[in-house]
Amino acid sequence: MTALLDVAEFSKLFPVGGPGAWSRLKRRFSGEAENLPKVYAVDNVSFVIEKGETVGLVGESGCGKSTLVRALTRLIDQSDGSVKLGTRELSLTPSREFARDPDRARIQMVFQDAGESVNPRFTAFDAIADPLRRLRNLQGKALKERVELVATQCGLPLPFLTRFPHQLSGGQRARVGIARAMAVQPDLLVLDEPTAALDVSVQVVILQLLQQLKKEYGMSYLFVSHELSVVRLLCDRVLVMYLGKIVESGPAAEVFEHPLHPYTQALVAAVPRFGDNANGRLRLMGEPRSPIDPDPNVCRFYGRCQRGTDACKATMPALRQFGARKVACHFAEEFLPPSIS
Amino acid sequence: MIVAPALSVEGLSVDFRTRAGMVRALDNVSFSVAKGETIALVGESGSGKSVTAYAVMGILDPAGRVSAGRAVLGGLDLLSATPSQLAEVRGREIAMIFQNPRTALNPIRTVGRQIADVLIRHGNVPRREAPEQAVEMLRSVGITDPGRRAKAYPFEMSGGMCQRVMIGIALAAKPSLLIADEPTTGLDVTTQAVIMDLVNDLAKELGMATIFITHDLALAGQRSARIVVMHAGHVVENAPTKDLYEQPRHPYTAELIAATPDSAASLDELASIPGSLPDLRRTDLPPCRYSERCPRKIAACAQPLPHAELDPGHMVACWHPLPKRPKGATALGAPKVSAA
Amino acid sequence: MTDIAATVRPASGSAAMLRHARYVIGENPVTGLAFGLFVLIVVAAVIGPWIVPFDPLASDTVVALKPPTLVHWFGTDQLGRDVFSRVVVATRLDFIIAVASVALVFLMGGLAGVAAGYFGGWTDRIVSRIADTIMAFPLFVLAMGIVAALGNTVQNIILATAIINFPLYARIARAEANIRREAGYVEAARLSGNTEWRILTFHILPNVFPLMVVQMSLTMGYAILNAAGLSFIGLGVRAPTPEWGIMVAEGAANIISGEWWIAFFPGAALMVAVFCFNLLGDGLRDMVDPRRRT
Repeated sequence: MTALLDVAEFSKLFPVGGPGAWSRLKRRFSGEAENLPKVYAVDNVSFVIEKGETVGLVGESGCGKSTLVRALTRLIDQSDGSVKLGTRELSLTPSREFARDPDRARIQMVFQDAGESVNPRFTAFDAIADPLRRLRNLQGKALKERVELVATQCGLPLPFLTRFPHQLSGGQRARVGIARAMAVQPDLLVLDEPTAALDVSVQVVILQLLQQLKKEYGMSYLFVSHELSVVRLLCDRVLVMYLGKIVESGPAAEVFEHPLHPYTQALVAAVPRFGDNANGRLRLMGEPRSPIDPDPNVCRFYGRCQRGTDACKATMPALRQFGARKVACHFAEEFLPPSIS
Repeated sequence: MIVAPALSVEGLSVDFRTRAGMVRALDNVSFSVAKGETIALVGESGSGKSVTAYAVMGILDPAGRVSAGRAVLGGLDLLSATPSQLAEVRGREIAMIFQNPRTALNPIRTVGRQIADVLIRHGNVPRREAPEQAVEMLRSVGITDPGRRAKAYPFEMSGGMCQRVMIGIALAAKPSLLIADEPTTGLDVTTQAVIMDLVNDLAKELGMATIFITHDLALAGQRSARIVVMHAGHVVENAPTKDLYEQPRHPYTAELIAATPDSAASLDELASIPGSLPDLRRTDLPPCRYSERCPRKIAACAQPLPHAELDPGHMVACWHPLPKRPKGATALGAPKVSAA
Repeated sequence: MTDIAATVRPASGSAAMLRHARYVIGENPVTGLAFGLFVLIVVAAVIGPWIVPFDPLASDTVVALKPPTLVHWFGTDQLGRDVFSRVVVATRLDFIIAVASVALVFLMGGLAGVAAGYFGGWTDRIVSRIADTIMAFPLFVLAMGIVAALGNTVQNIILATAIINFPLYARIARAEANIRREAGYVEAARLSGNTEWRILTFHILPNVFPLMVVQMSLTMGYAILNAAGLSFIGLGVRAPTPEWGIMVAEGAANIISGEWWIAFFPGAALMVAVFCFNLLGDGLRDMVDPRRRT
């Protein structure tokens, strides 16, 4: 069965310190190669999202998840690789033209800070109505009904529809963001840290809402977050990214109970938990390696890892499969729980 | 022998002048920190935890005013001290680190200079020796290649490094009390762990007391010996960490624990806190600001808040606190808050 | 991010804006004063010519150079024309010049600037270089040059004023559009199927417009001064049309001979008008600045 989203060997590179138009013009005429240093924001990433799945994407700042997400939602173009939505190859259409594409409604996104992602001059109604107007051509009464239906499903009381973002609380703004994204009934909903700016009590309500909406509409979720405890609760599978690469993937509960990659282990160990007192933690040393023109043979985690052998310097570890788990580490076997090995 | 606490906040009340009238942001807040102790001030947004810190440091917004209370540090009441007394104490005895490190640092001064400034002003270090000691300070907060980094500007450094610099600035004069206002919000969780380790280690080394302000209950529990829970400008519970988690007595604390993702095994187990924060601009606020949301509300809740010490060291501001759990029962699941 | 915001009253945008407007005006009495003056100026511009006691163009050399009296409140000038009537009637012309030039520069500079800020690249480069070229000249001299080259008409004064203010508006609009280019809601708009032009028109412009309105009010005072200045040196509006600048020029020589009122009253009117627009601009900025909200 075709997966909903199939990402294969996807890369996104950004040239660094690009000089201005004149130098670019000069270089084009002089025949010199474009040899600028590049940031490997996303480097050869492959994964699949099935219909109805919730996949988590975790990683810290600089790991490339924001870039990946923007490329998947076709806000930016890829440098290399393929993104297939069902059977359709999305990478063939430039992102600039995707706004008017009939498949635009199939992938939507909920942003991190709903205050920032709703136009301050738009009322909640306008914000939710915009995609319906543009992508579903709804107008007048049909539009009003749909907006009100969606708002109610997202727990936003109808009187609040006439309010502006600065007149809404954090939780209400989050609901507006969610309502807007799912109003067009996308197949895939990407959620970029939707609860990061919310109080804990509001976060609960929003997460439960997301769960409920998913059941009702049968959407797939790509849930991006750095909060592992939230990902653990909401996601079926999780992908762990580090410096542009996927270093581990697998069922969420398993990855957090038995992390196989040293980075995941450090990540899981660093999450504060009730009743523990932070002693004997796994600590990451030093700073992350530079993402600019990284050596393709050196493991991205080398230098911060507790272990660093010559093998780590000589060959980039490939993402290897162990049952339902995938790990990119030469020493993954040592950490495998007995059920898998 | 009773040892004087490092900081004792007694009956602190702060009012804010707003367009809609006077808002009592803090009402009769009291707690204390012992020498060398690390406590956490925990609450959601609007709970008043940051306002408390700002009031103690004397850096409240101009619209805010301390209307009552004392904050005694080493025998001096900070809230009624003269500006010159405050200038002596701030930086030297009491220091603060803030949430967003890059904006809290002076963007047009190198980080080495910023630390040196504190050393000269509060550390009684001669001007000539200050740069060198600043480099040492950078090293002790874990910045690699401190000699070179001392000449860098904040914008050239990552968030984690800026936070370390801020810690360096705060601790340069070896204060006896550090207030950390959400110091790791916005930082990666691995960086957060390292920064918190740093603060804890330095605190132990200097014998420094720490007040750690956060909305993350799990983080608070991990790093502090005692937790003070705040809600809408009130202190609702004050207990040693272990006791708080195993025996939360105030309904709000229990709901807060139940709402933290960490405490649940599945999404359905998470419980949200009923109701919402009351509008502090109202003039008809009940004495217990949680009572309108509380499933355990009884007639007695209309009286002014008690400050009952239910167990040694465990204070609860509630007329109908949760019953004590039987010994041995772990409370780390969601304790169902019932009306009984 | 407290929940207090959730209990705020206003529903629709205009009701809230009106209340906020009233709050700002009430809070700062100077803004209220400016607003009152503005209303006065508009009234004078609209109905002035009908309510003045004397025909501004009628000369009566018998009563020439009379100081302010109960009959001629502002005195009379060299040709016996009533200064008061001329000052009031001139309001309309100066006001129209100010409004027209500001509207024109808003269209030209505002739209060019927003496009430059949003699209970047060559649009940005071209617009910025045009702005730089204009700014290379001392602006008043440039205005003089434009009017001298194109001819002494009111339309050319308006055009010249608009051109010399172009860089200011283009810069502001460009900066505002640039900031908002990568805003969350712009990305959301793209996800919602908006083309780049729709985003510019319906998402960016409405956010940039209020700040431009503030700038427009501030520029109005400058536009009046500019027109008055051009007329003062003989370029622009010509006698006998009543215009504050010309009137100051005509009365300047008489100050030495003691007939101060001929230049003083139009000058005072200029001062009051510019003062009013500046204060109004400040007040508008307070109203529009989101940090002052709530």
